Amino acid sequence: MRTLALAVLVVFAAGCMEVEQTAGASAKTPGQTVKRDTAAWTNEPLANGPKWNTGDRTSWEEQIKKRQLAQSEDRRIYQ
Amino acid sequence: MARMKFLCDAERCIECNGCVTACKQEHEVPWGVNRRRVVTINDGVVGAEKSISVACMHCSDAPCMAVCPVDCFYRTEDGVVLHDKDLCIGCGYCFYACPFGAPQFPQAGAFGLRGKMDKCTFCAGGPEADRSEAEFKKYGRNRLSEGKLPACAEMCSTKALLGGDGDVIADIYRERVARRGNKGAEAWGWGSAYGQPPKGAGAAPAAPAGGKS
Repeated sequence: MRTLALAVLVVFAAGCMEVEQTAGASAKTPGQTVKRDTAAWTNEPLANGPKWNTGDRTSWEEQIKKRQLAQSEDRRIYQ
Repeated sequence: MARMKFLCDAERCIECNGCVTACKQEHEVPWGVNRRRVVTINDGVVGAEKSISVACMHCSDAPCMAVCPVDCFYRTEDGVVLHDKDLCIGCGYCFYACPFGAPQFPQAGAFGLRGKMDKCTFCAGGPEADRSEAEFKKYGRNRLSEGKLPACAEMCSTKALLGGDGDVIADIYRERVARRGNKGAEAWGWGSAYGQPPKGAGAAPAAPAGGKS
């Protein structure tokens, strides 16, 4: 009888628990429920496109900034 | 560290809609959705008519991110505000929060049912694998992963629309404003998107008296 009462108590107590509803939710960064995006500089440059060293953020940024100068007519010839 | 931003020079924009067309073409944006559009204020008023190209400004403190009930927005390391369409429920809260009217909703069915939100990605795609078919279908082309800048800014014939690293475009704009005698010094939307505007800046210029053409 006591065992049965204890089992019922455990079942009721379990009802009060808050179960995690999403798989791997604890691994997520607050404010970022979405899966992580890959950074642009981690991609291989296209054969006929701008060049940078794969995975090197600085070289990717340098070529982007250089490319941006095309938006200034004073420094339009940038290559 | 680069922080991607947009700036539209209202003194130069000629309302050609080249940026709108470039965006539509590059990303194969569906009918009824305009990730970018050109807005004209004081239309027809001589000396006060200005046009600006408006899209998502990828705000530093994006209000859309703050109000999203499913937290589908995220910011990339280079400051681009993107969202995950797999999480979006099309509630429209971001549309009401955005000061630029950037979020767009395709009509997904009968009775005006809204689809998942669509907006400018700064040509940076989405959370799907870069340059993949899935990414293109949901978000359009990922030009940043190809080392390129947004198509709208690169296509702008008058170079009114500047896009890219904030420091570089600020330098280009500063030089330009100084050369034309401080005309158009206030960059519209810049304060709302990237900081606090100085008092009185960013407001539409007052129409001169009796100026209808």
